[in-house]
Amino acid sequence: MVELERHEYDVVVVGAGGAGLRAAIAAQESGARTAVVCKSLLGKAHTVMAEGGIAAAMANTYPEDNWRVHFRDTMRGGKMLNHWRMAQLHAQEAPDRVRELEDWGALFDRTPDGLISQRDFGGHRYARLAHVGDRTGLELIRTLQQRTVALGIDVYMECTVTRLLTGPAGGGGADGERGITGAFGYWRESGRFVAWSAPSVVLATGGIGKSYKVTSNSWEYTGDGHSLALQAGATLVNMEFVQFHPTGMVWPPSVRGILVTESVRGDGGILKNSAGNRFMFDYIPDFFRKETAETEDEADRWYEDKKNNRRPPELLPRDEVARAINSEVKAGRGTPHGGVYLDIASRRSPEYIRKRLPSMYHQFKELAEVDITAEAMEVGPTCHYVMGGVEVDPDTEAARVPGLYAAGEVAGGMHGSNRLGGNSLSDLLVFGRRAGLAAAEHARAHPVRTAPPDDALADAARAALAPFEREGGENPYTVQHDLQQTMHDLVGIIRTEAEMQQALARIAALKERVAALSVEGHRQYNPGWHLALDLPHMLLVSECIARAALERQESRGGHTRDDFPATDDEWSRTNLVCSQAPDGSVALTRQPLPQMPAELAEVFEEVPA
Amino acid sequence: MTYDATFRVWRGDAGGGDLQTFTVEVNEGEVVLDVIHRLQSTQAGDLAVRWNCKAGKCGSCSAEINGRPRLMCMTRMSTFGEAETVTVTPLRTFPVVRDLVTDVSYNYEKAAQIPAFTPRPREADGSHRMQQVDVERSQEFRKCIECFLCQDTCHVIRDHEENKAVFAGPRFLIRLAELDMHPLDVVDRRHEAQDEFGLGYCNITKCCSEVCPEGIHLTDNGIIPLKERVVDRRYDPLTWLGSKIRRRPRD
Repeated sequence: MVELERHEYDVVVVGAGGAGLRAAIAAQESGARTAVVCKSLLGKAHTVMAEGGIAAAMANTYPEDNWRVHFRDTMRGGKMLNHWRMAQLHAQEAPDRVRELEDWGALFDRTPDGLISQRDFGGHRYARLAHVGDRTGLELIRTLQQRTVALGIDVYMECTVTRLLTGPAGGGGADGERGITGAFGYWRESGRFVAWSAPSVVLATGGIGKSYKVTSNSWEYTGDGHSLALQAGATLVNMEFVQFHPTGMVWPPSVRGILVTESVRGDGGILKNSAGNRFMFDYIPDFFRKETAETEDEADRWYEDKKNNRRPPELLPRDEVARAINSEVKAGRGTPHGGVYLDIASRRSPEYIRKRLPSMYHQFKELAEVDITAEAMEVGPTCHYVMGGVEVDPDTEAARVPGLYAAGEVAGGMHGSNRLGGNSLSDLLVFGRRAGLAAAEHARAHPVRTAPPDDALADAARAALAPFEREGGENPYTVQHDLQQTMHDLVGIIRTEAEMQQALARIAALKERVAALSVEGHRQYNPGWHLALDLPHMLLVSECIARAALERQESRGGHTRDDFPATDDEWSRTNLVCSQAPDGSVALTRQPLPQMPAELAEVFEEVPA
Repeated sequence: MTYDATFRVWRGDAGGGDLQTFTVEVNEGEVVLDVIHRLQSTQAGDLAVRWNCKAGKCGSCSAEINGRPRLMCMTRMSTFGEAETVTVTPLRTFPVVRDLVTDVSYNYEKAAQIPAFTPRPREADGSHRMQQVDVERSQEFRKCIECFLCQDTCHVIRDHEENKAVFAGPRFLIRLAELDMHPLDVVDRRHEAQDEFGLGYCNITKCCSEVCPEGIHLTDNGIIPLKERVVDRRYDPLTWLGSKIRRRPRD
């Protein structure tokens, strides 16, 4: 019998970023006994790094704005591959989700009328992002954290879930129905094991970016939730779509990849190459030509007069801007450190820059000795977000395994092939809440609780301790480094069949190395051991990305094929879905895109471009 | 630009430990956290350290560097001479878990004790209206990334474990100030600030403001105004008389 502590809940939420906390709040408020389990301390989750704002058609600055325009922008930004129902719910509910944050203490920047101020961002027709300077994520996480504490929700901090437990679902379902029965994990501090019995588990574990070498993501982004869902029998959709944010820092090397917020461009910043040209005008795709400015004069007038001018090309969706920067650098027009220039210093006053972009000012000053009120920044693409994730029912965020829910970055479908800036924070709130409500409802309908069987717990414990059993094996940091290099070189912004075949071969070899690695020291707060347990997740998710990317023979959003550069109509009707075959390998199936109802399709006719 | 630096890093656990000396490569533009990570991946795979964003936004990688409370991710190696030994030790105010990781649960317990934010009702159209100038006062304190460097440096608790029960520390005094200045909040927490969170223990030496990586003026803009508000409430003779005659509820 394995030694562990046991707990029983109605709903266990894995992850304490925006989606996890919003789900926990919803579940607890609807009467479910709820726990949050998170790898870091409460309040440190990746949401804290979001800078620009929360997209919501509140119409505080532009009365013309409404959910239909937001819906349209989101679908077009995702190149129409988004699940229409998720995009609809998101656009409709985001304003209420933002307003309710104010009831919990959030303090957004204001308009002169005292309403929530909204700022411009890429791909959004109107100024739509509720924000607090450029630290909106911090405001969001702190507000939800304080609400979580006020509601008395149990939080298991610095605790990692390594397995989801499944078994006969506890009453309420069909006979023989199998579903979630709980989760298994360990305390990072002590290395001791924990098991939670619960009929509902909400995954809110964020993304996968730590599998890439240049990334804006922290150590936590190892794809745990994607991998746990897959292993429990759920499916992943759209995994080939990985967003490279166009503007990450490029110098000095140790800060390469750290995010430079899109607000710099939303607030007037422009991109220039080493020749001083505002090159984005050369990269306007036909798909967005009608809504994009043709001249620098028109682009500059747009900031003041959006009715009579079109958006600057710097504010095209992120996939377009990232590809353009990549092309400029490849063509030899990059900066000395392999990026392009992002210039706001010559366009806005130092006071304005410091007021609107305090974190960016601070970040460049402290880490790169660059004063952004006086000089241009050097920026380049950085791995930022995975559009793909757990395939869920749009209304309830239920995965294909009864009792399993997913919300936020770990869920797929909402953003299609490319996410618009600002749509992540609103996604967390809208679908976090829906997942929490549905998980609580599922728990009510399944009142019979089954304790996890001893053999399943013993097996999970054995697997977790295996790296200590092996002696003289490789160090986990080396394997992680090689995976990051592989994904960066072979499954990055621009992809080809040959390179992805090579990536899959390397991933297979890395899997063998992970199975043989060993860790030093003991179980108490041991980062080497923690990484050893994260690596199998990273490899499984990386394989899903590479397999799906190899299969999709077209270019769309966050997936660009050098060997298939065009967008293909046939593929616009197809999703790729990953599942785990009984032998543990990744199986890929093609699935038709859900059909958008006629009344929503009309939205694309009615709104002027 | 690459050179070998001498690092002394405290290693151990609640039972004790000591400084271990490492020689480790340093490259251009690196911060202390980069060097700690290099130690992890090349010389000490189980070296315990907390970190997340590596961009000064999450407040996880707090430690004492050459005796000074700092974020490891925002301390550039170029601030030290190449021959200078860099000493990294865990936050002294909190019990050690292992190596550079400390048990900061004290902070989470204090946070949970503060009476929650309670808003006035929304306006008829469902919005809250506030002026930018009014939200900015509380916004300064909401910049706090909860790195707890202010808690670490505060002499009231740094070497006085016994004060932790009666003193919430600068981080939570500015949380009280933030709520007190919040345009929507309707709860008066001045009695609690004094009686339960130990506002009176602070003798405004401003050490907390000095170490804050967000540049928050904890003492000048938060703690001193809060002290003044408590004094107004407690020692204003009319308020005192009123509370006796009309038995005004304390909140």
